[in-house]
Amino acid sequence: MSALLQVEGLTKNFGGLSVVSDVSFNLGEGERLALIGPNGAGKTTVFNLLSGVYEPSGGMIRLGGRDISRVPSKDRIKLGMARTFQNIRLMPHLSVVENVMLGQQARVASWGDFLLPLGRSAWRREAEVLLHELGLDTWPGEIVATLPYGIRKKIEVVRALASRPKLLLLDEPAAGLNPTETSSLREFLMGVSRRGVTLLVVEHDMSFVRSLCERAVVLNFGRKIYEGSTQSVQDDPLVLEAYLGPRHAALAAAGSV
Amino acid sequence: MSGYWAGILTILAINIIFAYGIFLPVASGQLNLGGAGFQATGAYAAAFIATQFGLGTVLTVASGTLIAGLLGWLMAYPMLRTKGVYLVLATFAFAEVVSGIVLNSEKLGGPTGLSVPNFIDWYVPVIAAAVVAIGVFYLMSTRFGLNMRACHDDDVVTDLMGVNVRGVKVAAFALGAALAGFAGALYAHAFNYVEIQTFGAMVSIYVLLYVLLGGTQTPWGPIVGAIFFTILPEAIRPVLPLIKKAIIQVFGPIVPATPPDDSWRFVILGLCTIIMMALRPEGLVTSAMIERLRSGRHEPIKTRDFPA
Ligand SMILES: Nc1ncnc2c1ncn2[C@@H]1O[C@H](COP(=O)(O)OP(=O)(O)OP(=O)(O)O)[C@@H](O)[C@H]1O
Ligand SMILES: [Mg+2]
Repeated sequence: MSALLQVEGLTKNFGGLSVVSDVSFNLGEGERLALIGPNGAGKTTVFNLLSGVYEPSGGMIRLGGRDISRVPSKDRIKLGMARTFQNIRLMPHLSVVENVMLGQQARVASWGDFLLPLGRSAWRREAEVLLHELGLDTWPGEIVATLPYGIRKKIEVVRALASRPKLLLLDEPAAGLNPTETSSLREFLMGVSRRGVTLLVVEHDMSFVRSLCERAVVLNFGRKIYEGSTQSVQDDPLVLEAYLGPRHAALAAAGSV
Repeated sequence: MSGYWAGILTILAINIIFAYGIFLPVASGQLNLGGAGFQATGAYAAAFIATQFGLGTVLTVASGTLIAGLLGWLMAYPMLRTKGVYLVLATFAFAEVVSGIVLNSEKLGGPTGLSVPNFIDWYVPVIAAAVVAIGVFYLMSTRFGLNMRACHDDDVVTDLMGVNVRGVKVAAFALGAALAGFAGALYAHAFNYVEIQTFGAMVSIYVLLYVLLGGTQTPWGPIVGAIFFTILPEAIRPVLPLIKKAIIQVFGPIVPATPPDDSWRFVILGLCTIIMMALRPEGLVTSAMIERLRSGRHEPIKTRDFPA
């Protein structure tokens, strides 16, 4: 398994505040890796560094062996890395299918694609097919702002997939979903993964994480405190301490023996 | 056609083109309160070229459009460093600078203005407005139009989707400036006179209002807004004396009643603006409304219509 994404010594300071410090991990092609940690651990910041919203204060990001730390944010999706957002960030005034077509932008190559009507174009058909495959074709013309939360959450994933990424970064995809929606999301993401898309998933729902990802990286206060199997992550004393505090961690460890 | 209606149609057509010039930047998330500056640029460029070089109307209007567009393109770079209310102020200041330059330039007639040769009749601006409207509808149906609307909603995410946000915004701003200049150049020839007072701050404010109240999500907005606000003052002109009489009866004749003047129209226009802002804050025409009309549904869609 060759590494698709290599993160080396990634660091981000906001003024004097160190939010991500010296984080390193590799992500193999086709792998599903979870990035977890308590609130404020720096997970979303890592995503923002990977996608280029923030410039790193230090460290290196390689995608397919190439250093992309200085690649402008708008060009990174063209290199095969797409993402979703913790707080849904669809375009509220665009329709469902228009949001998905926006996701195709990374594959637009010619002026013709840019300046021909989208109305009955191949782009639009493709977006509708993609929505159909994912069971979201009820009303492709509907304006996104009026749709329920769970649907919007899924459309964001579809929009990211419309760029045909090699690597998909998902920031809390299951947050706010009910158990049925969560399990359908897991099936859906397993399908995406089978198609060869590599997944990096930030998620708080541990049973979701365990059933989707084989490996996890745990952050606490911006530092990596664990890297390994998702099955044993909750037995790790540092992880327990990060989530529960030192006293409870000791009790939990004693209890589990 | 009577001169009265020819005049109204001319103004309406010019206002529609002008409104599209403001619509393009606004639809991509840039409030442009400098419309009059670009309109004046187009008008004075056409007037100056017509008087100095004696070129035909097609050439003067084309150069007025082009010069305003170029100016818009040049201004876009410094302007787009600002956002929100600062962009509004920057564009407003730009229009004041244009006005100041004209006022102090003898070649451009200073405060007295320039008379312009080559009269164009009402149907020229009307045809031009139709062409511009079709062009903008086309543009908004392309991926470029999609990207413009995406920039309006969230430019950070639009950038992450691979869109050249700066390029889209600059292009929208410059194209809009060219359309405003086009409207100005048509104005110069339709009224055979340009004076800088015609392109004052109120004009910038009104045209932005047309667009915001008409709706910025679809290209229907500027047409609806411009028609509404050009026709409304004419429509209320006959009832003005009645309204004034009614108000004076309520408050008593504190001052001797004078015949109603133009300022009364603005009072009513202002009231309409406030009412519409309250009732339809996203504008008269929204994309949700167009979608409902197209799909023939009259109810907004309900959560239970969706699979989990
Ligand atoms: N732009 C910023 N400026 C200053 N501080 C920031 C900025 N962005 C994030 N932070 C801080 O960095 C820390 C990590 O934030 P981040 O959003 O990455 O956490 P997270 O792991 O995603 O948390 P959650 O699980 O709550 O989403 C927080 O303390 C946050 O306040
Ligand atoms: Mg987060």
